[in-house]
Amino acid sequence: MALEIIESCVSCHACLALCPSQAIIETRPHFLIDVGKCSGCLGDFADAQCAAICPIEGAILDEFGVAMNPPGSLTGIPPARRAAAQAEIAAR
Amino acid sequence: MDGMPDEIRARVQDHPCYSEDAHHYFARMHVAVAPACNIQCHYCNRKYDCANESRPGVVSELLTPDQAVKKTLAVAATIPQMSVLGIAGPGDPLANPARTFETFRQLALKAPDIKLCVSTNGLALPECVEELARHNIDHVTITINCIDPDVGAKIYPWIFWNNQRIHGRKAAAILIAQQQKGLEMLVAKGILVKVNSVLIPGVNDEHLKEVSKLVKAKGAFLHNVMPLIAEAEHGTFYGLMGQRSPRPDELKALQDACEGDMNMMRHCRQCRADAVGMLGEDRGDEFTLDKIEAMNIDFEAAMVARAAFRAQAMAELEAKRRHKEKASQILRFQPRVAKPAGRPVLMAVAAKGNVVGVHFGHAKEFLVYEAAADGVRFVGHRKVEQYCAGNETCGDAESVLERSIHALAGCEVVLCSRIGIDPWRDLEAAGIQPNGEHAMEPVEDAVMAVWREMLAAGKLEPKPSAAKCA
Repeated sequence: MALEIIESCVSCHACLALCPSQAIIETRPHFLIDVGKCSGCLGDFADAQCAAICPIEGAILDEFGVAMNPPGSLTGIPPARRAAAQAEIAAR
Repeated sequence: MDGMPDEIRARVQDHPCYSEDAHHYFARMHVAVAPACNIQCHYCNRKYDCANESRPGVVSELLTPDQAVKKTLAVAATIPQMSVLGIAGPGDPLANPARTFETFRQLALKAPDIKLCVSTNGLALPECVEELARHNIDHVTITINCIDPDVGAKIYPWIFWNNQRIHGRKAAAILIAQQQKGLEMLVAKGILVKVNSVLIPGVNDEHLKEVSKLVKAKGAFLHNVMPLIAEAEHGTFYGLMGQRSPRPDELKALQDACEGDMNMMRHCRQCRADAVGMLGEDRGDEFTLDKIEAMNIDFEAAMVARAAFRAQAMAELEAKRRHKEKASQILRFQPRVAKPAGRPVLMAVAAKGNVVGVHFGHAKEFLVYEAAADGVRFVGHRKVEQYCAGNETCGDAESVLERSIHALAGCEVVLCSRIGIDPWRDLEAAGIQPNGEHAMEPVEDAVMAVWREMLAAGKLEPKPSAAKCA
């Protein structure tokens, strides 16, 4: 039932104090989740707290490896628009 | 600023962010101890890391409270002008209460002469008011972009509230209610509140007039309307979706419209959450953690030096204020002319401190003044350096000179200490008259002198087409 933080994490600390299981590890280059401690907030909260406050799309995966905040879900930026803008900037 | 009651002016006269006069004398710093945020704004991207960028929410190095205290004491020992320590991010300071308040607690003990202030989006403000008062926080800035949840839904995609992520209009309604409640609670405690608003064309521009009225009625003492910063390179929603930033003339028009209701701030530089030094300069590079470690600091001597500087600066400010008051009284006794001769003119100044002291080519920003028959009024500043998103876009096609000229749109004169022949020619071609004849003179005197010269030369007849300037 453990969640996972991946390399797109910006180490903003928002999840750290919220985790009811103290499963967030403050480390470099980015934060991690202690799989032995993480309960996915089952029994504590309706939503996994780290995923509910994380500002970075795709940075937290569920136990199946699926992004809990998929592209576009937090910023409202359509993934196609982001990709097009990145291509434009790279072409300059 | 002139319209401020004496009691409030006395409390902000050494605060560079709150007093336009003070910002020529006093310096501030932000310590980046607050990384977490509890909301998302469409003008913000939490992947903050470019050292070349200058905008709120961007920092180079996150500090622990202990490191922040060390850095503050080092800066305050090196820069005697230091009067204010603020916590402004890179997230929301009140979403990081333990780190923010630990920093304040230590600093109140170790540098009691430094004023402490904090800025917040307001979501967690009501629950923090007691603690802010306990730490003797004299000034709080709340960013209030709207008072209507329908407008808010276009600015804030989500908030984190009661252990849930809440989206859309409902999120905006909660945020707005918390901001207003926090504002009222701070005012009731006697804490000075400044309101920041980001001007987003087509989203909240007209609405900000209502915001200004309401926050004034509730007791905020200063309103700072700032232009949206939105570039695709920043990766923000507004940047990527093509939301434009306001033009300088739009910003000024809105600030002028709100001015009837309350004191408007026009000298904000929208600085980074780790900025150090006078407004408009950033000396953060001199105070990285490894450099601080190597510094040898005499804290007692530093505090004495700050007190000496403060006494001298305050005396100068007071003298300047009296001079102004006297001048305005003299004006009042003169018979009113139906229409004062000469139209208002915008002039840009390459200033250092309070004098025309910077070479045109070295200016990173220009202060913009409006000169007219009844005097000189500061209306804003223009940055020359463009924002940057990293190495691949840093070396760009538009030359610094072209960018400077572009940044000065609407100004008819630019005052500087010196200027090269090529920029002189290009500025003239762009309809901007360079002027290097007032080097090292006080800025306002120089601007007024140039305006009088223009009047005498018959250049200030109303110009129907070009009169509308930024």
